[in-house]
Order: sequence, then C-alpha cells, then structure tokens
Amino acid sequence: MVGQGCKGASLVPVSGLQSGLVLTSYLKGIEMDLAVIVALDVVNGAASLFLLCLGLAIIFGMMRIINLAHGEFVMLGAYATVVSANAGLNIWIAMLVVAPAFVALVGLVVERCLIRFLYGRLIDSMLATWGLSLFIVGFVTTIFGNTTKGVPTPLGGFSVGAYRTSYYTLFLLAMALVAAGIIYALMRHTRFGLIARATMQNPEMAAKLGVNPARIYMMTFTLGAALSGLAGGLLAPVSGITPVMGAAYIAKAFITVVGGGAAILSGTVAASSLFGFINQLGAYFTTPVYGEVILFTSAIILIRLLPQGISGRFFKGQL
Amino acid sequence: MTLSRRRFLRNSIAASTTMLAAPAVIMRYGYGSEDPILVGSLHDQSGPLAATGVPMVDSLALAIEEVNAAGGLLGRPLKLVHYDTQSNIQLYSQYAQQLAVKDRVAVVHGGITSASREAIRPTFDRFRVLYFYNTLYEGGVCDRNIFCTGTTPAQTVEKLVPYAMEKAGKKAYILAADYNYGQITAKWMTKYARDHGGEILSVDFFPLDVTNFGPTISKIQAAKPDLVLSALVGGNHTAFYRQWAAAGMKGEIPIASTTFGLVNEPSTLDATESEGVLGAYGYFEELTTPASTAYVGKLKKAHPEIPYISELAAATYEGFHLWAEGVKKAGTIDRMKVIEALESGISFDGPSGTVTLDRATHHATRNAFLAEVKDRKWSVLESYPDQKPLDTAAVCDLIKNPNDTRQYEIDI
Repeated sequence: MVGQGCKGASLVPVSGLQSGLVLTSYLKGIEMDLAVIVALDVVNGAASLFLLCLGLAIIFGMMRIINLAHGEFVMLGAYATVVSANAGLNIWIAMLVVAPAFVALVGLVVERCLIRFLYGRLIDSMLATWGLSLFIVGFVTTIFGNTTKGVPTPLGGFSVGAYRTSYYTLFLLAMALVAAGIIYALMRHTRFGLIARATMQNPEMAAKLGVNPARIYMMTFTLGAALSGLAGGLLAPVSGITPVMGAAYIAKAFITVVGGGAAILSGTVAASSLFGFINQLGAYFTTPVYGEVILFTSAIILIRLLPQGISGRFFKGQL
Repeated sequence: MTLSRRRFLRNSIAASTTMLAAPAVIMRYGYGSEDPILVGSLHDQSGPLAATGVPMVDSLALAIEEVNAAGGLLGRPLKLVHYDTQSNIQLYSQYAQQLAVKDRVAVVHGGITSASREAIRPTFDRFRVLYFYNTLYEGGVCDRNIFCTGTTPAQTVEKLVPYAMEKAGKKAYILAADYNYGQITAKWMTKYARDHGGEILSVDFFPLDVTNFGPTISKIQAAKPDLVLSALVGGNHTAFYRQWAAAGMKGEIPIASTTFGLVNEPSTLDATESEGVLGAYGYFEELTTPASTAYVGKLKKAHPEIPYISELAAATYEGFHLWAEGVKKAGTIDRMKVIEALESGISFDGPSGTVTLDRATHHATRNAFLAEVKDRKWSVLESYPDQKPLDTAAVCDLIKNPNDTRQYEIDI
C-alpha cells in the first residue's frame, strides 16, 4: 500500500492530451487568466528555489564546504516555526525571526564543533555533514516522532478571473527579493562583506592584513545556516513537515547552486529562475513526473555547456 | 525489469538456502513442546514509513499478549520476533530470509507498501512460511500461502467514488502517488467513476518527493472538475492539502481520498485544510461499537503515544487473531494444516466487526465504513456490512488453481 517503492511510471495518456489542449487554448490567448496563474506558479517556483538555495550558495560558494546537512537545516527551520507557532507565538515572528535565529545557533555550534576542522578538506566535509544530517534526522524523530506536522498558511487566497491562488505566493516572491537585497547590501556595502569576500578569495593574504579567517568562516557559516532556517520557516506553511523532508530539497538545491556557478548572488538568482521556470512549466504542460525529468535533463545540459555555471559565463567577477 | 530482478532474487536465495538451512535443521531437534511458538513481524519502525508501521507492531504485540494471557496456543506461549525494516525494501528481503531460515517462525505478519509485499512474498512462498499481509492495498494478489486481511478497492473505493460523485458531481480529477499502489488505485477509481456514469478529466501521478503542487492546482482549476480524487502518499504529499487550502480552493472543489488519514492527518493539519475530506476504510478509531472502544482503550493504555489507530492497526490485530483461530482449529502449527483450517471459513469478531476469510481468494470479507473529516476528526457517515473482496474474486480462484502465485492487475 502506502509508501515508497518502485517508481515504474506507465503514464496515462489522458493527462498529456489534456495538457496539450490547455496549451493550445493558452497559446491562442483565450485563457488570459490562466496564463497569469501559471506565471504566478513559475514565480513561486523560482522564489522558493532561490530561498532554498541561498544558504547553501553562501556555504558552498564562499567556503567550498559541501554541506549535505543543508536539507536538515531547512527542516530544523520548519520545525522551529511549527513548534513556536503551536506554542502560541505569532506566525510571522515564528517564520521570520525564530526559524533563522534558531538555525543560526545550530549552525554556529556545528561550525565550532565540526566544520572548522574540515576547511579545505572537501571529501571529509561531505562525509561529516552527511553524518550530521543523519544525526539531526534521528534526533528530531526521537523528539517529535515521525508524523507530519504543519502550521496553517497565513494570508489566504485571491482570484484572477475564474482562477484562485494564494497571497502567500506573492509573499514568497517578496521575501526572496528582500533576502537577495539584504545579502547584496551586506556583501557589497559593509565592512564585514568586504572582509568576507577578501577572505574567501585569499585567506592567507587576508590573514596577513590582520583579519582572523577562522572568525570570518564562523560568521559566514552561521549566516548561511540562518538563511537555510529562514527558507524552512517560509516553506513551513506550504509543506508537509517530517524529519526526513530535507531529502526532497537537497538534490535540487545542489543542482541550482552548481548551475549558478561562482557568483553567489547573481548565479543563484539566474539558476533558480531558470530551473524554477523549467520545472514549473514542465510540470504544468506535461506531468509532475516529466517536470522533474525535464529539470534534471536541462541541468545536465547546462553543466555540459557551461561547466563553470551560469555566472562563470555571464556574470563573471560579480557578487 | 521486475521479472529478472525477482528471478535473480530467487536464484540467490536458492543458493544461500543450502548453506543457511543446514544448521537450522540440525538445531530443530533440540526443540521441545514447551518452547514458544514464534510469530514473525516485518514492519517499518524508522524512516518515512515509521509513523505507519509503529501502530501496527503495537497492535500485533497487544494481540499476542492477549493470547498469552489466555494460556497461549496449543499449550505453548507465543513469542514475537520483530525486525525493523527501516522503510527499506532491501531489508525486507534480508529479514524475510532470516525469519524463514534462521528463526523458523510459524507465521509472518507484515509488509506495508505493496512494493515491500511483492519483495517478500516469493521468499515466503519458497520457504513455505505462512504469510499475513494486513494492509489495505490495490487488490489482486492470488497466492495460497498469503492471507490479505486489509480492504481492497471493491470494499472501499467502490463506495467512496459513487458517494463523492453523488455529493459533488460527475467530473473527477485523479491525483495519485507514482508507484504500484497509486497506479493501480487510480485505475480502480477510473473504473468505478465510469461505472456510475462519471467522467475522469485527468490522472496525474506524483513521485514521492514532489513538494510543490502549484502547477497541479492551476491545472485542476483549468480542467474544472466537480471532484478531486486523491491517492497521494506520504509527508511530502501532505503539502498538496495545505497549498490547496492556501489557494482558497477548499470548499470550492471537494476531495475524496483513499489514503488521507491513515496516519493522523486530520489531527495534524489545520481544520480549514482537512474539513470535509471524504475517506473510506475498513476501520476508524472513531467507531463507537463496544468492540472498537474496548480495543482502542486497551491499545492506547499500552501505548499512549499512538497518534491514531487506523485500519492498518486494526487489520493487523484481526489478522493475528484469525491466524490464532486457524491454529486452534488445526490443532497444529503445520503450515498446510493451518491453511486448510483458515480456508474453512474462519472468522473473528474484531474491532471493525466480524472478519471472515474467503476460501477462493484468501482475502477477507469485512465491514467497510465511509467517513468525513469534521473538526479534525473522522465522522463516520455510512457503514457497509460484510463487503466481499469482489475485485480479487473476479480474477482469482485458489480452489480451482491452488498453485497460482500471481498478482492480477485490472485492465480498463
């Protein structure tokens, strides 16, 4: 009965045909309202992907640490939101303050106890963070059990013609823009950003100029963890929250970050927009199964054509 | 692909049997009649399916305690031999062999997903270990060595689809998980909808790690169905109900599901997200019959942390007691004699009512119930007494073909 198993997909032709019909009418411009709704889906997909990836992009892009516990950081953010919201805290504070603050704290502890011994040791860091992810999953399962948790979605829905969608979609877009803006300002216009970028480029030179690289790494890792926690908090109202939920996000997040390339912000924005667009439209016009297939295929093609990622070609040297 | 994998499994089992069986056979001479009868159990206690598996094992343990308190079976106590399969199909195959060859259990209760059942069924066939599968599933398994005590589509989906169509309208949109359970259940939904003059607008399958249902919700709105039928599975898919409510679709188009609420979705989702969802199963914790309340009381007393007692736990309890009745009637734990006793129309009065084993299909004739979520609980609306496993009966006759071991799939 229920559960995972062989995913031998024998696709029912009905759904393909149905989508084909929708596509034709959409192209004829009959269904303007539907086009708006589908565009919102695409924006929603891109914004959620960007929020999911930003923390990983900072940790991986700036520090060359492959954090396989990224999905679990997201999961911890979601749990922090659920627990504090169910304890009576305002849902907005739970999502926007508690989730990032809690996961930042976790990130800080993890960096001090584990990651700081592994800088420059790529394979070791993978193994250690994978172990960490198993530990976090087991720990959360022990405390909260295996069943699905959740908080209701705030804001409610609105209509575009005959179609309905949620305000939360727009809120996610706004949050993605705000997060991108904050990271840009932080990295570009503050002293911390300057020192952090210098340390990432050449830690020895930065150390000779009086910077303590260990301290900068610690702060950057904590920042990345906080952003992962924020993503978990923001996705909590629209996800099924279980201790193993991180697994559903990790592959997409890594593909996006690698596809984005070296420029943390512009690369991640470009890659998450592209992959969000492909995934959502693929899922809409074919089936969710092919949506995933199309996403992964296009990622492979992208990496083949642009081995340095999107920003290796188009946003060279940018943030 | 499945065939060659199965053949590979069979061959490798055959090869390892010779080596593994020898010491077990020798050890058997040491057994006396005072030794406990071993009852095998394969259920997921960790991983994504743990929430489903834990109440089943709790329920099985309760049933064994009850039989032991009443003096055991054939004057011998019962002992549970349980392995945690960790939501991992490979471990199912491994532990199945262990139960059969090393532990030499008298019967095995277990398997949750249809994928796990199909992984271990050939093992138990081969080693001649009696096997009880106590989970609701897509139907069609025809094998004299297995008894399937959970409900099948003819007992539940056949009630749910017409009821929902009557209430909502004739045009339905199906969402299902992308593996054998979802694929076959979607076919049954389609068949029962058409049988009652309905129309299926689209069938969409979802891999189990899909979390974003935005495009699907738009597609459903574009198709304008009267009703959404869901066989979505697992924690990730719960996101659908949440995003559906967030888009304001709750109350616009009703949902009926063959999987919702098997763990504890009505109590974990917000009332605005779960209200009005229809479901049909062989048992609901909310049933108020004396047998049901007594069972719920006992199980919750022994395991207060149980989130919800669904058909899965109840059918496991009933499946075990049916086996015990079979052993009592046969007067031995010899596999073939117990099977013959179980085929003689054995029944048990359990929490869901009277459950009777059907000789021709090795499935159960049992009560089915239809319920609607009201204020984060199931509210039972309809009862359908003594439902026969007609789907499997249409393709399977073990009286005529006792050597059949296939799982039949419906064609529409």
